[in-house]
Amino acid sequence: MKSANELISPNGVPESWSALLELSVREVFEIMLGTKISAPPAENSVPSDFTAMVGLAGQLCGVLTVRCSSQSAVLMAATMLGMDPKQVGEQVFDALGEVCNMIAGNFKNKLTGVADHCMLSVPTVITGADFSFHSLADAGPLEFYFLFDGRPVQVALEIHS
Amino acid sequence: MKKIRALIVDDSSVMRKIVERSLRQAGIDLEEVREASNGAEALGMLKDGPVDLILCDINMPVMDGLEFVRQLQGADVAKGVPVVMITTEGSETHVVQALSCGARGYIRKPFTPDQVKEHVIPVLEAKQ
Repeated sequence: MKSANELISPNGVPESWSALLELSVREVFEIMLGTKISAPPAENSVPSDFTAMVGLAGQLCGVLTVRCSSQSAVLMAATMLGMDPKQVGEQVFDALGEVCNMIAGNFKNKLTGVADHCMLSVPTVITGADFSFHSLADAGPLEFYFLFDGRPVQVALEIHS
Repeated sequence: MKKIRALIVDDSSVMRKIVERSLRQAGIDLEEVREASNGAEALGMLKDGPVDLILCDINMPVMDGLEFVRQLQGADVAKGVPVVMITTEGSETHVVQALSCGARGYIRKPFTPDQVKEHVIPVLEAKQ
């Protein structure tokens, strides 16, 4: 467990949070999808076919997003459900939203004193890349890039201090 | 252990399926599985007949998991039925709240089938 009150990095968030976000992502993928995520790709190569978002409110305010290709989103859903990717259908939205929700919950639970005073929103999933994201967040973002089944995925946390 | 009837309460249908699969992987023989997407729907489903085990999320629309567990305490149909929470809310305050409302177990998401087994089997054995 880490405290929310510790050394602040130049982007306005505690220095340890980046590692905690990465750990939160790794745990969700290893435990719920049985997948060890691999080395990060170049930061600008993540397709935005699907973007899942969960808002955080209270002592920790902001929004956590998971961005990936449609193939990655369908494969995540198929892996979680133990089914053929062709059978996933509309469940892809629910599954990706849950992945985002679990990462956000796992992350806030790792911050001492924050979990009790931070609420998560219901997940929202956007399809398509033709949108602009405007957040009131004024710190960060913390970003973690990785490969899931060889395809790039981005997890980002924008924080409103 | 005898076959059990389970009620799984979560607003995510994907998570309900994962919980059901985890129960089966934990070696629990399921005779019947009912699914509800919130506490109010779950209360209504209990009118259809008793269950042996309830697994419940906390953050849900309409009626959240803590309120559902509170309301269960006064319901004849749920008398003695163990409730295990499965949730992303991992703070000690939430655990204490859930247990004081009447929940018998608490599992944090993400979870493994082994964790489900570890928390669910004892409450089922205690019930029998």
